[in-house]
Amino acid sequence: MNDLCIVAIGSLPARALDWIEDAAAEWFPLPIRRLAPLSIPEGAYDAKRKQYQSVEMMRMLAQHAPRDASRVLAVTDVDLAIPMLSFLFGQAQFDGPIAIVSLCRLHQEFYGLPPEENLLRERAVKEVLHELGHTFGLVHCAETACAMSLATHIELVDAKAEQYCARCGMQLVQRFTSREATV
Amino acid sequence: MKKNWPILVVDDEDVMCESMGAWLREDGYHVDTASSGQKALELAKAMDYAICFVDLKMPGGMDGIETMMEIHRIRPESSIIIITAYATVDTAIQAMKEGAQEYIVKPCNPQEISMLVSRILKLKKLQSENAILRKKLNRQYRHSDIITKNPRMGEILALTRDVADLRSTVLIRGESGTGKELVARAVHFSGNRAEKPFIVVSCAALTETLLESELFGYEKGAFTGAATQVKGKFEMAHGGTIFLDEIGDISPKLQADLLRVLQERRFYRVGGNQEVEVDVRIIAATNKNLSEEVQAGRFREDLYYRLNVIEIRLPALRERREDVPLLAEHFVQHISSALGRDVSGISAAALKVLIAYDWPGNVRELENVIERAIVTCRNGTLDEQDFSWLERNAGQPQNWEVPDVSLGELERRAIVAALERKHGNVKEASTALGIDRSTLYDKLKRYEIVH
Repeated sequence: MNDLCIVAIGSLPARALDWIEDAAAEWFPLPIRRLAPLSIPEGAYDAKRKQYQSVEMMRMLAQHAPRDASRVLAVTDVDLAIPMLSFLFGQAQFDGPIAIVSLCRLHQEFYGLPPEENLLRERAVKEVLHELGHTFGLVHCAETACAMSLATHIELVDAKAEQYCARCGMQLVQRFTSREATV
Repeated sequence: MKKNWPILVVDDEDVMCESMGAWLREDGYHVDTASSGQKALELAKAMDYAICFVDLKMPGGMDGIETMMEIHRIRPESSIIIITAYATVDTAIQAMKEGAQEYIVKPCNPQEISMLVSRILKLKKLQSENAILRKKLNRQYRHSDIITKNPRMGEILALTRDVADLRSTVLIRGESGTGKELVARAVHFSGNRAEKPFIVVSCAALTETLLESELFGYEKGAFTGAATQVKGKFEMAHGGTIFLDEIGDISPKLQADLLRVLQERRFYRVGGNQEVEVDVRIIAATNKNLSEEVQAGRFREDLYYRLNVIEIRLPALRERREDVPLLAEHFVQHISSALGRDVSGISAAALKVLIAYDWPGNVRELENVIERAIVTCRNGTLDEQDFSWLERNAGQPQNWEVPDVSLGELERRAIVAALERKHGNVKEASTALGIDRSTLYDKLKRYEIVH
């Protein structure tokens, strides 16, 4: 069984990795390992948009992924985007090993409001469950309270619970308990 | 479901194809990407894309508008969304005139694109549902709808053909789910009334007064709320057939009213004093034994004889077990295509399980069981284990019995069951099992549950 690796890209709020590790441990029956933090790849910065291209970040992650890693989840505090979309809360390789979550738009300060650490923790956990869910083959869920529902703005992140709905949860169980499936 | 709507992304920039493809895949779509118009056309020849995102500006070779027009030539049903930058919005509007369904300016808000895709696909879904419904409406019910190689059913089918052109009343008896309505439809649609209405009334579903106005209609002012004159089912069925399902459940008063209609083909609307005359063939059905009901005084004898002119008794599915494989195969094909699932058959071992089962709910139960199995099936063929729950229900002992398996297998099953009960929450499952999280994944590893 291979590890679920967690890695910071650039600096993060103080306890962010602890929250994320706890959430991953609650849902995924894999050993969890923290990797040494990575610096933000220079080539990922889009000066015109003042954002970072998520594809470049994911390419770097694929290069740095340990051979024995089952999944690599990166967490960053910078704002992510892809050419087509104005921003992303996170991105994952569907049914693949790499996922990334940005905390940038999960901070209350991003919306001109005073910081709320607990709210940031909740949002981060939801987005981590969401992106990791994709790496284990879960698609978007129509249940707005499920971590797998598609959030295209922060209110939709807040509408989610810090858990999967029964249907998505069962799909994960099948994934982890079926002899045919490979994690 | 979403798998049925493949999407193509055409852009000369790799990063655009890669990121857009990844984003749409997270939504469950099958996504292909092409780095040029030429490649897009090759892909479109092989796959019927529901949506094609096409970048307007692609240097060298075909540009976005040309690509769009060529795709449309091959796949006129595909919806094209032109991707453009602010500088080229005017050209994108031009593209709309040439047949693009939408254009989007990059970068756009994730919500915008997500709504655009779901709006287009909702429309496509409606269009395809509409086509299916039209096909269904045009479809005539035939004797071939009844699937059987059972000799008794063969006799019944011959009888329905013989009586199809008559106006004689038919009484169909059979347990629930044996296909009484299907036989009634076969009688109607193969006779000379096929072009006229076939009206179904479920007598058990309504109270006496409601059923009375449902059958005979009512005059304006007959009761509070009767604002206009309303025709009843008998009038609606004029020239055709009325199918009175669960006739054994009607009240004594309605039995008397019905007897009159059967004798005279005339009746009064509720609250009316003018007789209405109709030409209607009556087919009644019941899962009760009407002669016993007559003896018990719950059903009028004269009505029973009026209804029982031609009697058809449908056998229960357990009396025609040889039809189970035929019906099962039929439902697999029918349901998997209706649900859009890629299930093509049913294994011999699974058929054995189905043949052995007693089917208290008859053909309808078989249909529901197949549907459930198709929904949960993970392979292209329904197998024995897809029906394991059926065997369990069929007659395994209620007491918990230790299965004849190794201790390791028993432990593996306990872990799987705990994870299922906790909907995948590993922390809660390990608490329920009384072990810690790391022991749980050690065990999963030992049993090769997780590779």
